[in-house]
Amino acid sequence: MVFPPEERCAMKSEIVRKAFLKSLPVMAGYVILGIGFGILLRDAGYGLPWAFAMAVAIYAGSMQYVGVGLLAGGAGILTTILTTVMVNARHLFYSISMIDKYKNAGRFKPYMIFALTDETYSLLCDGDTPDRENADLYRFLVSLFNQLYWITGCVLGSLLGTVLPFPTTGIEFSMTALFIASFTEQWIRTKDHLPAITGLLSTLLCLLVFGPERFLIPAMLLITLVLTLLRSRRGRKAV
Amino acid sequence: MNTHAALLVAVMAAVTMLLRFLPFLVFRKKTPPYIAYLGEVLPAAIIGMLVVYCLKDTAVTKPPFGAPELIAGLAVVGLQAWRRSSLLSILGGTAIYMVLVQTVFVA
Repeated sequence: MVFPPEERCAMKSEIVRKAFLKSLPVMAGYVILGIGFGILLRDAGYGLPWAFAMAVAIYAGSMQYVGVGLLAGGAGILTTILTTVMVNARHLFYSISMIDKYKNAGRFKPYMIFALTDETYSLLCDGDTPDRENADLYRFLVSLFNQLYWITGCVLGSLLGTVLPFPTTGIEFSMTALFIASFTEQWIRTKDHLPAITGLLSTLLCLLVFGPERFLIPAMLLITLVLTLLRSRRGRKAV
Repeated sequence: MNTHAALLVAVMAAVTMLLRFLPFLVFRKKTPPYIAYLGEVLPAAIIGMLVVYCLKDTAVTKPPFGAPELIAGLAVVGLQAWRRSSLLSILGGTAIYMVLVQTVFVA
């Protein structure tokens, strides 16, 4: 179908509005978590340019929190590579489940893949879009708005870090709270709790066996192994 | 030292990007059923793993025996089950934790 220009323009601004509304729940969360990150990073001795650069180039919340520790401790390159792989390996699976949905995104696709964070994934994974025709523009905008919130938060935190009127001890719990909240939410939303239980118990077991410094890789291997065994038990047809 | 820090940031950015792009490059044509299955069940398991990861340094064998983490963690679960708003749960849980470690369980 071919629409006259003014009508297409109206449709575009409608998409922008819908994408903005969809991204609203993430806005406050990203601004607050970003502020937490900016404060931690400043406390570790890295100011505004670092907060901005990390928010733009890395754009992965939990990795940036972990990254503060790596920077502060002067970690080696290999440790940094391995830690990033472990903390962000879940993104492999977000991408895997978006291969089909992002198939025809064209010029938007590289940025949409780059910006596929936990929260953007949770907003877009249901595949629900207001308008088939402009689905890719819509997903692109949701991704972009989310990153803008995140950058704003990180920069604000770095600026506010020194003038906040209350002590910030304990603010690092915001990351733990983020994951506990997502864990609870997916638990409520799904019937099959075996994957979630597998994740918790395998990791706890590996923490006890390997200790807090080197349990993540064994945990990921064990999780993959257990889930693979569960799949053959539930039968291939069910998948 | 700043050069090294910049290098670390670049490494974190490059590895993160690689992880996000890899499946799109590898499974261009068709996603094998096993990978599709993993894509379906792994997110829940990995979030469980990250919860444990965040709590890995909690001292459960000496006072206060992880009480602030337990109380604030349960508050997050309760808030999320009650209102289903991640923002409220995260803010509420973090505020409770900050009050606990700054006033009740001062090290």
